[in-house]
Amino acid sequence: MIMPGDDSWLDGDAGRLVRPYAVTNGRTSASLKLDLMSMVVATGEGFHGNLEHDHLQALALCTRPASVAEVSARLRLPAAVTKVLLSDLVDCGAVRTAVQESAPDTSNRVLLERLLDGLQRRL
Amino acid sequence: MAYNDASDQPLPKSVKLVVAGGFGVGKTTFIGSVSEIEPLTTEEIITEASLGIDNLDGLAGKTTTTVAFDFGRISLTSELILYLFGTPGQDRFCFMWDELSYGALGAVVLVDTRRLKDCFSAVDFFESRGIRFVVAVNEFEGAYFYEPEEVRAALNLKPHVPVALCDARQSRSAMSVLVTLIQHLLAAVPAREPEIVHRQ
Repeated sequence: MIMPGDDSWLDGDAGRLVRPYAVTNGRTSASLKLDLMSMVVATGEGFHGNLEHDHLQALALCTRPASVAEVSARLRLPAAVTKVLLSDLVDCGAVRTAVQESAPDTSNRVLLERLLDGLQRRL
Repeated sequence: MAYNDASDQPLPKSVKLVVAGGFGVGKTTFIGSVSEIEPLTTEEIITEASLGIDNLDGLAGKTTTTVAFDFGRISLTSELILYLFGTPGQDRFCFMWDELSYGALGAVVLVDTRRLKDCFSAVDFFESRGIRFVVAVNEFEGAYFYEPEEVRAALNLKPHVPVALCDARQSRSAMSVLVTLIQHLLAAVPAREPEIVHRQ
């Protein structure tokens, strides 16, 4: 029996029963520039009465800040598809994202020291 | 559904390190040892030999490949999250490394001394892209023990590249490799200078 909230679109062995780009209506590029490392979080706002299953699932995965990679992995959807879903959610105000720097500054000593400190605490 | 109203909170900063090495060398084990979550897998669909994405005429000649990456997460503080991405092990996915390494602060190249040559392509790749890396020898049981300097010589590594020994299954051991990597990155940055250097 399929219970509400069941992932009836997933099958452990077969994987997804719906072809990935079907959930984006065939769109392959997001309106927003997101990469695997972009962080997203649900705003608790925005109109999402007309969102569909996959969008709502993506939204539910952003209640805490998460990366696009995490949302993609938990949705079991390719990153490109996830980016389209998330950028739809940003467009409707349900999710926000931070402007990602193009590349981290490897000469940012403050950042590196924070990383080192955080990692050493875990040793 | 309840959503956090975090509209005033800045989103955490995410930084990326890459874990590379040959197939079966223990990249996912390494990531799992330090990650606070079970390693996750994300997939990217790659179109090869595309004749134009929207050109239906080109469909016959278009093949798509799904490349999977494993990754883990370490929330260092509420404002700083470290992600570790494993490169796809097979050499035929080398073309993905550029994309995966884009934005990475540095890399760990995991080595199995029984199959040393499997890591050559990773070492070459990071050297050619100017991405700083450490070599971590994953000590498999039953494998002959080599001194780090022997590994360095065999891989023809530059003197400044650290070579560490580790057991990828042990959290502490894998974590200390990450510490070595960040220390290596710090060594390349001049000591603190006027604030101008760090101005956001």
